[in-house]
Amino acid sequence: MNNYDAIVIGAGHNGLTNAAYLAKAGLKVVLLEKNDYIGGASCTQEFHDGWKYSSYSYVCSMMRQAIHRDLDLARHGLLIVPYLGTVNFGDTDERFFSYHDEEAAHLELKRHSPRDADAMHRFQADLTRYAHLIRKTLMRTPPDPTSFRPRDIRELLFLAKQFWAMGEKEIYEYVRFFTISAAEFLDDYFETDLVKAAMASAGIIGTALGVYSPGSSYILLHHVMGDVDGSIGAWGLPRGGMGAISDSLAGALQQHGGELRTSAGVQKVLVKNRKAVGVVLENGDEIRARIVVSNLDAKRTFTRIMDKNDLPEGIYEKASNFKIRGSSGKVNIALSGMPKFTGLPDNRYINQGGLTFTGSLETMERAYDCWKHGRFSDNPFNEAVIPSAWDPTVAPPGQHWMSNFVQYCPPELDTGQWTPEDRDAFGQAVIDKIARYSPGFKDLIVHVDVRTPFDMQEEIGLTEGNIFQGELTIDQLLFNRPFPGYAQYRMPVRNLYMCGSSTHPGGGVSSVCGANAAREILMDLRRTNTVPEDDFYDE
Amino acid sequence: MNMNTTDPYAGERLKLSPFYPRQEVLNIRNAWAAWNGYKFAECYYDAEYEYFCVRNTCATYDICPMQKYEIEGPDAEAMLNRMVTRDVTKIKLNRVAYCVWCTDDGRMIDDGTIFKLGNDKFMLTCGSPCNAWLEKSAFGYDSVSVTDVTEALAALSLQGPTSCAALKNMGLDGIDTAKPFDIMRFPFHGDTLMVSRTGFTGDLGYELWIPSALALELWDELYAAGEDYGIQPFGEAATNMTRLEAAFIMPGMEFNEALKTAHFKHDQTPFELNLGWLVDFDKPHFNGRSALLQEKLRGPTYTLAKLDIEGNKPAEGSYIYKNKRCTQEIGYVTSAMWSPAVKANIALAMIKTEHVDGELWAEIYYEKELRHYSRVAQCTRKQKPFWIPERARATPPPDY
Repeated sequence: MNNYDAIVIGAGHNGLTNAAYLAKAGLKVVLLEKNDYIGGASCTQEFHDGWKYSSYSYVCSMMRQAIHRDLDLARHGLLIVPYLGTVNFGDTDERFFSYHDEEAAHLELKRHSPRDADAMHRFQADLTRYAHLIRKTLMRTPPDPTSFRPRDIRELLFLAKQFWAMGEKEIYEYVRFFTISAAEFLDDYFETDLVKAAMASAGIIGTALGVYSPGSSYILLHHVMGDVDGSIGAWGLPRGGMGAISDSLAGALQQHGGELRTSAGVQKVLVKNRKAVGVVLENGDEIRARIVVSNLDAKRTFTRIMDKNDLPEGIYEKASNFKIRGSSGKVNIALSGMPKFTGLPDNRYINQGGLTFTGSLETMERAYDCWKHGRFSDNPFNEAVIPSAWDPTVAPPGQHWMSNFVQYCPPELDTGQWTPEDRDAFGQAVIDKIARYSPGFKDLIVHVDVRTPFDMQEEIGLTEGNIFQGELTIDQLLFNRPFPGYAQYRMPVRNLYMCGSSTHPGGGVSSVCGANAAREILMDLRRTNTVPEDDFYDE
Repeated sequence: MNMNTTDPYAGERLKLSPFYPRQEVLNIRNAWAAWNGYKFAECYYDAEYEYFCVRNTCATYDICPMQKYEIEGPDAEAMLNRMVTRDVTKIKLNRVAYCVWCTDDGRMIDDGTIFKLGNDKFMLTCGSPCNAWLEKSAFGYDSVSVTDVTEALAALSLQGPTSCAALKNMGLDGIDTAKPFDIMRFPFHGDTLMVSRTGFTGDLGYELWIPSALALELWDELYAAGEDYGIQPFGEAATNMTRLEAAFIMPGMEFNEALKTAHFKHDQTPFELNLGWLVDFDKPHFNGRSALLQEKLRGPTYTLAKLDIEGNKPAEGSYIYKNKRCTQEIGYVTSAMWSPAVKANIALAMIKTEHVDGELWAEIYYEKELRHYSRVAQCTRKQKPFWIPERARATPPPDY
């Protein structure tokens, strides 16, 4: 039996980050991973010779630069390459191009609507203002609004100050913004449906909400508040796939003397005298430590690896009711060449970046309707990227792979659990939709890999396949995440912490949850803090 | 050259590179600058995008405007050895060496590369024209000829992790055996394509040298071969980013060419620029020797330092201070940027040598929405270049 200062459960990117910071502070840390590979949803997998898929998570924007810099992830092999330009495919032959260049982007909007072209400036200014505010809260522990501890009061004052700095009118707008739907928010600015659909897509990604559902407006912000090298809203592709992020974090962990064990699933967290004291592995081995950190989602942590009797009253119920509905599937397709799409110029800067099959707001809402009824849509919303057009390391030269993030896709079907036939049918629906815009597409297909929400739950442990480890609605954000009273990474059992996306500030490959949790742990253990402050582009 | 007599402004227009017909199509931003009289791309699509092509795939940089001189004859080696500070006799056949040359006072005129093409044949390349200085340097050597081949010889730099794979795909068999600073030759349309494993980006890369008449053929074959390797042209802006990450010096930034310097000691010595390793006192007499020997014994007044600066606002044009209160000024930043690859706020700065290993603070000014702000940031001196990937030195290099 080994003794450690800390056990971290789950080598997803947040677990890796958390363990790296604890190790950096000099703690004896072991990171346990049930799979034989690390990264959780941030992984690179080779299923077909020479093709390396980012099987789950596929693009990166929220990774905090302060952490990237502080853990020297560049030296551990991480290079995030921003990709430029997006095409939005309408229901028929309408296309909307988001050009990288400001002038070109303006002219393109003007082609759709001069009014929308002008409104875009106001839209971006407003969104930037909202993003600046929320970005300031990312690498800070949310204050407990009911506590009178000096630190909580200080943090509440900090929040209040940020709010007041926006001006009175904006405070009303901001509160409204948090509660309305993406479609309503966009109605304030734009008239063109395809333009609204393009913008609204960020409001539904990863969420079991539709573009008309209250709360989807915030999700939109969550997806544009990241940055690549200070360019807010930009997205990048890690060279070598999303696994490069996890590998570089593992490099940092090992550099600081941390231990990483794969194929070491945790069966149970050991609790003695209401304190977490270690874990029992699936193979029966026991490991003891001063503290235990769970990178699993809140529901999985409290209902799967904890004994109900070890928990204070009500926690098990809170965890069972935690809103964590899966809504998306992933279809990874290896291609023998670059697909050609109808209605697109032969401009490689624009037609090899993001390819978003939005259709109209109506189409997106109808796809959501299918989800409510336990079905996948035969006309789904699909956010596609062709990473191999940017990254020479993920497919053989001249060949490509296409990442398709598809909504909506339910964790369980109206007919019952997913069967292999259902999974194939889901993949086929996505391929059929792409082929409607790319006549020769099917001839290029070399290999297809389909992931349903159920697969995500079974393989990488995301309950119901929810990519955010819990929905990003206001009832589960900030000091409410995961549950009111437990938003400061400390859990209802002493010496037990959480560091995953179920905690503030939520989902996305940001490393922030892991870093914030490490800061709190080090404070409790009276160790010198090793977690950096956020590094803003002087917003 | 634009010699259209109906154009009243013909005499004022810039010269066009032999690659211009292709560049014109690809420069969709119309972002043109100038270099030695040539119309020269600042960027083609987006400077940062082009920068990432150099770090992630491969990209080409037009070095036609760079000055190229063929120096030939039994006295060629002796003449060059008299001119530059490095020992030219040590350069092996089909190898390239980085060199600097100085005035009698040991002030740096320019830097460049010497290619040893034959026992009596060299090529010197440099950023600024130096016909006059070469003529002076050849004084007293009877058997040497200097020919400016800048216009006759087109050159294209191919840089980035997939550059070797792209060249292999172009049919340059054996290019992967070229070590850094090696020269190889390949038959090309009845002529010879010379390839050197050199560059100005600190990454894996090659420079391709071809008679100007075959420039477009080279471009087309390279771009056809490079298509699946992410080939993209890059301009001055991306070059400046990559060379700064590699901590390479740039004329007009880190040093002011001595022959163009009016103010006393506003030019630099190689020692100030960390290029003491290029000055060989063991070889026969060379220009600036005694002044440089004195400089070496005394130590340089300034020292070029590589800085990692806290925060992320580039310290462009900043003064460097010895203290946080910014009361004791000890130097100035010559180049600065946020490095997307290294994820650091990097800079090169000239700092008074006596203070270079002490505390360093930069006063950084920046603007947002027309308002000006400043911040004082601590600087850490780095000994190694900011960007030094293993692939840049590996032989054979990896395919990506």
